[in-house]
Amino acid sequence: MIELENVAYNYGGAELFSQVSLTLSAGSFHFLTGPSGAGKTTLLKLCYGALQATAGQVRLFGDDAARMDRDAVALSRRRIGVVHQDCQFLDHLNVSDNIALPLTVSGRDAEAAGNLGDLIGWVGLCGQADQLPPELSGGERQRAALARAVIMSPDVIIADEPTGNVDWEMSQRLLTLLVELNRMGKTVIIATHDMNLIRAAKSQVTTRVLRLQDRRLMQAGAEL
Amino acid sequence: MKIDLARMFDLIAGDPQADRAVPPTGFTARLTLFTAGAMAFLAVFAMALSLATGRLADRWSAELARTSTLRITAPVDQADAQLRSAITVLETTPGVAAARPLSADEQRALLEPWFGVGLPVEDLPIPQLIEIIEEGDGYDSIGLRARLQAEVPGAVLDDHTRWREPLVKAANRLRTLGWLAIVLIAGSTAAMITLAAQAALAANAQVIRVMRLVGARDIYIAGAFVRRFTLRALTGGAIGTVVGMIAIWLLPSTDVAGGFLTGLGFQGVGWLAPLIIPPLAAAVAFFATRAAALRMLEEQS
Repeated sequence: MIELENVAYNYGGAELFSQVSLTLSAGSFHFLTGPSGAGKTTLLKLCYGALQATAGQVRLFGDDAARMDRDAVALSRRRIGVVHQDCQFLDHLNVSDNIALPLTVSGRDAEAAGNLGDLIGWVGLCGQADQLPPELSGGERQRAALARAVIMSPDVIIADEPTGNVDWEMSQRLLTLLVELNRMGKTVIIATHDMNLIRAAKSQVTTRVLRLQDRRLMQAGAEL
Repeated sequence: MKIDLARMFDLIAGDPQADRAVPPTGFTARLTLFTAGAMAFLAVFAMALSLATGRLADRWSAELARTSTLRITAPVDQADAQLRSAITVLETTPGVAAARPLSADEQRALLEPWFGVGLPVEDLPIPQLIEIIEEGDGYDSIGLRARLQAEVPGAVLDDHTRWREPLVKAANRLRTLGWLAIVLIAGSTAAMITLAAQAALAANAQVIRVMRLVGARDIYIAGAFVRRFTLRALTGGAIGTVVGMIAIWLLPSTDVAGGFLTGLGFQGVGWLAPLIIPPLAAAVAFFATRAAALRMLEEQS
């Protein structure tokens, strides 16, 4: 699905990380941990083509990301659902339209009518479908972002601190949804500081936990 | 070009979903409407000027090119003989359809602006004028001058070239200036709409980020802006054109006031010419917004 081989990334001349190799194979479930500022978000952005590596090679579904034009990146992004900590919605559209946005931009509006209602029900937002994003709570926004990330039935789901702004109960609900998706064959990678979330996931699904620290990516310790 | 035109019509037909993705922006909408309307209004006047001066140049060129004047200055006792000789020469010159001595009344009318009414031209040593009407490709002026010099020593041939050419040149230059004004108006419209589009794109940076996140291609994102600006320019251009045409229509008619300025306007099918302005404004907006949007999207990637 997505492969990083000896990848490095520099910010303004300073090396953020290097020699990072990672393979997100079909149906795998990964956690990405590490201290703040280690480069977790940057690493995830490399995984969905929002940034270009300064060294090494990133392959998105077999294609070298460095050689892909912006159209090709956009098309590959339709196979990757992204959930951000700050969610990023269009505040003038209601929840339902925001969730359907990936279908809209890919010209697949007709599918929206059939699947949208089910998806909104799956994330438990039936009562909020007509509300605007600023009217939602943190947990509702995260669930709406997750629904938007999966509406295209992507092969890979990338979640950057999806539980950062929600309570433990909501974290559990979001994790359950992500585990369900993984059981449906989706590849999942979650960046998080929340060790309890990782422990909860390990009890439900086979996961691989990676730690980005001191500019290197490594397998996380046995404490998990 | 063919592809762009097809895309332009697709955009005008529209993708309401793409349009909805971009929130309404009151400031840029008003700016684009006003700019397109004002520029269309000015373009109507520039077009009227071009067409009117074009007609004037054609008329002067055509009318003056078909006539010339022979002036005979001779002692009183030789005047009639020289007049007859000149008429004979002219009647036998190929390319001359008719040659007619101006009557005393006609000569008096010509002098009226300088000497007032009732000038006794019969009693004054005023040269006799002969109006020459040409036919076909006209006469050979060099050959005619040579014959007249030999047979009518007091004759001076004026084929109007000396003063016709600067007039026609001036009218043609005015026509060119009119079209240049239209080009400048189109350029200014493009510049204003580009600025408005850039402001709209900058104000919607978050919208662009989200649309990219969910897999929107640049052309789709640009399309949402391009469609909006194209339709605004079309609407503003239509309003400005209609107002401009009404203003031209309300100018005093030539019959009432006379003169060149009141001839500024459209005639016959010429009234259809300004109808090209709204689609032209839309086309300018389409290409200006598209270029600005794609350039900004590339810079933001």
